[in-house]
Amino acid sequence: MEYFIELFFSGLTRGSIYALIALGYTMVYGIIGLINFAHGEIYMIGAFTSFVVATVLSIYGFPLLSIIVLAGLAAAVWSASYGYTIEKIAYRPLRQAPRLSALISAIGMSIFLQNYVLLAQSSDFQPFPELIPDFDFMEPYAHFVGSSDVVILFTTALAMAGLTLLIKFSRMGKAMRATAQDRTMAMLVGIDVNRVISLTFVIGSALAAIGGMLIASHIGQINFFIGFIAGIKAFTAAVLGGIGSIPGAVLGGFVLGLTESFATGYVSSDYEDVFAFSLLVLILIFKPAGLLGREEAEKV
Amino acid sequence: MSRPVLQVDKLSMEFGGIRAMCELDLEVHKGQIVALIGPNGAGKTTFFNCVTGIYRPTGGNVFLNPPNGAKPIRLNGLKPNQVTEKGMARTFQNIRLFQKMTVLENVMIGRHCRTSSYIFGAVFRTRSTLREERETVEKSHLILQKVGLANAVNELAENLPYGAQRRLEIARALATEPFLLLLDEPAAGMNPQETQELDELINRIRDEGHSILLIEHDMKLVMSLSDKIYVVDYGRKIAEGSPREVSSDPAVIKAYLGEDIDA
Repeated sequence: MEYFIELFFSGLTRGSIYALIALGYTMVYGIIGLINFAHGEIYMIGAFTSFVVATVLSIYGFPLLSIIVLAGLAAAVWSASYGYTIEKIAYRPLRQAPRLSALISAIGMSIFLQNYVLLAQSSDFQPFPELIPDFDFMEPYAHFVGSSDVVILFTTALAMAGLTLLIKFSRMGKAMRATAQDRTMAMLVGIDVNRVISLTFVIGSALAAIGGMLIASHIGQINFFIGFIAGIKAFTAAVLGGIGSIPGAVLGGFVLGLTESFATGYVSSDYEDVFAFSLLVLILIFKPAGLLGREEAEKV
Repeated sequence: MSRPVLQVDKLSMEFGGIRAMCELDLEVHKGQIVALIGPNGAGKTTFFNCVTGIYRPTGGNVFLNPPNGAKPIRLNGLKPNQVTEKGMARTFQNIRLFQKMTVLENVMIGRHCRTSSYIFGAVFRTRSTLREERETVEKSHLILQKVGLANAVNELAENLPYGAQRRLEIARALATEPFLLLLDEPAAGMNPQETQELDELINRIRDEGHSILLIEHDMKLVMSLSDKIYVVDYGRKIAEGSPREVSSDPAVIKAYLGEDIDA
């Protein structure tokens, strides 16, 4: 039973990171119908930014809490500026072009960013400092759930709740939903659609960066390629939950994380991906729009 | 006479080799209800799309003269959201509400360009954001009362009956605080009772100081509402004048009914 709980928590941790990244995929897809394949790289850049900032700050002897906050903030801002710029130079000029063109532009952006970090940081794995200490009050539970799992779960829950409230109630959130539903009409009621789309990229990128920092500290090493695998997994999570749906991305992330964790624990870690993607195939066969996706009738 | 609030000079629109609209002139004066009529495919909706910035016209000029006496604004080349910000709002022939949002939210969206709170304010609940949100909700309720949807504020837009959806579109347009309202076939698909209510609503909106330009096929409504009517066919203006003048114009009769109706 304890083994089960341990696997359960490790699955939740994994799942919440997938969910954080999947939110970026699903928000962008919802609003401009594009799979932003460079999103995984944004996450990787977030991890690297926090790595650099955390290393520098720890050299100067900053207290741990301020390192976490500052590194997270720096990663979020830096990745957000990448997201903003990518949208502006790689996707906006192709807004009226066929979808495939923008998709290829996204793949190109992803490859470019990977290689750019490869050149700047070499292909070696860099040891990532452990940012989250073992809390004393976690001591009795430490054999099945680590302190960093708790921090990750808590942070992602907070981020998701904040995002949901923002989209549901704020002025910009309404503008985002309106733009997603009918872009022309949104413009006609006075919404600056370009600004809304930029904001979507900025928010998605910031969330991915925070995910990048948390998981890098959890696993303890990073290199230029981590964004690719994480991106594919998060994309799977978004599709699993129903791409375009925000609660779907969260649900998809957790389902995927738990599946992987149990598959690793009860079968073999070699089968982690087999189970994850078999699940995806099964769900797409029986529910093509994903768990929470709406099947839309084709408009004629 | 003061300058017209909307002044269109020789507006033309070509799609490839097809001239959808040819040197159309049109004026709307303050407090007027002006109708644009013509057979199907005459170019009426194209005209609306050019004026509101959805299409980029291939020739001619569109000027907006705010009734408060500010400088004339040239609309050519502005984006739809900028046009809306300048004070002109429109509705669509086929209803284009945000179907998955509530009635209240649809109207609140209309106030987007009149408000300014951003992410920072929303996250930290600053005083100005809270005040702005409160004002937005209050004003939206007032507008919904005006169009008779006060008891449906929390319904999803897609669940409203047809006539109510049309009125919600008008409410959303009004929320952008326009001085000029463009209505594209507001009575399409309405029953006589709903049309009658719409007639009253449009009059009420005019009495509040808005100017209105409408496209409409329901001639009874057009004749009862309009101060002035423009008739277009094949992208050209074939007549303009008061309802009485237009309805007896031979060119108009020809366009609608064909040549000679000798028995």
